[in-house]
Amino acid sequence: MTTGADSGFAELEQALCRGRHARSGERETAAAAAARLSARIATEGLADIAYAPVDSPFGTLLAAATGKGLVRLAFPEEDIDTTLEGLARRISPRIVEAPASLERVRRELDEYFAGARRAFELPQDWTLMSAFAHKVLRATYEIPYGGVSSYAEVAAEAGSPRGSRAAGNALGSNPIPIVVPCHRVLRSGGNLGGYGGGLERKRWLLELEGALPKRETGSR
Amino acid sequence: MSYGVTRPIRSGPRTKGARGGLPPFQRFMDAHRDHVWRFLVSAVGPTDAEDCFQETFIAALHAYPRLRRDSNLRAWVLTIAHNKAMDAHRARTRRAVPVEDVAAVDGRSTSPRTNGPDETLWGAVRELPDRQRSAVTLRYMADLPHRDIAEAMGCSEEAARRSLHEGLTKLRKAVSA
Repeated sequence: MTTGADSGFAELEQALCRGRHARSGERETAAAAAARLSARIATEGLADIAYAPVDSPFGTLLAAATGKGLVRLAFPEEDIDTTLEGLARRISPRIVEAPASLERVRRELDEYFAGARRAFELPQDWTLMSAFAHKVLRATYEIPYGGVSSYAEVAAEAGSPRGSRAAGNALGSNPIPIVVPCHRVLRSGGNLGGYGGGLERKRWLLELEGALPKRETGSR
Repeated sequence: MSYGVTRPIRSGPRTKGARGGLPPFQRFMDAHRDHVWRFLVSAVGPTDAEDCFQETFIAALHAYPRLRRDSNLRAWVLTIAHNKAMDAHRARTRRAVPVEDVAAVDGRSTSPRTNGPDETLWGAVRELPDRQRSAVTLRYMADLPHRDIAEAMGCSEEAARRSLHEGLTKLRKAVSA
């Protein structure tokens, strides 16, 4: 690293660069300042989206909320950067990590996974859903805890002539799984059908809710 | 200085797989906060660095969605940081230097540092005239290339080189004295 024009500064430049490395301990200070800043940005409502990791029996979920409410819940296998970049593109790049803003989401999910909550009351933002998915998921949202429905039924509820395949696709696009209970929609005849988070989790959730008998072993 | 050649579009460090969009603001902050922090601590001292740091990124957040997605994000955020540092310097010049700031400039209010030759050097950097100090800190703390230093300082690349050269000359004198 030289100024190019003048090589007489080599020693001085080395000392200046050494100064930078000596200060690399300040990285922690910078990280702390950045965390304070993210919290302030979220508290003052300057960001459009706040996100935070949320622990669950499935592993660490990623929860993201706009000013309106929970807009996205991602399973542990979903790449965090891909999820955040999707939100940046579709809603706004003003996204900060702010665990305090997701406190209610965390609490209600904890209660739900502990079997102590049967309905979510947290505010939600459904803007990521297409018009059709919105209808299908609205119908899905009405299925009570412990109950199940079928792709054909939610399709009909959504007033769709397009039938159960389209409803299945809409359910697969659910940006807020668990909270919007797409796991309660099964294939007609009782076959589990599909699930974005994996069939094992669908079964686990239905067992938690008592819609399926609990197996001897197995979690997740 | 123009040679009639369009400057190639440059982009700063990118979030992996950003697929052409602006990275989420948090990722932008993660990628540049160390450079901005180092620059500000060197430019204004640890006491004012925190305020300048917050003001820099809050100003960046306001403008962020309107930014061109191929922008050089590091040069951009350091331009803002540089402006905030200049504001802080002007504010400090207006008020008399309070005693605790003198201690802060010495570096005593942050992590304990040895008062070795490097510390003397950075003390001398803070004594440089504005433009020289800016050029030196942007070059060695923020690690910016000359054209980005020029962008951050709002001057020509040649003027930036000149400020850097003058600053280094003065520093060499100061540390060998």
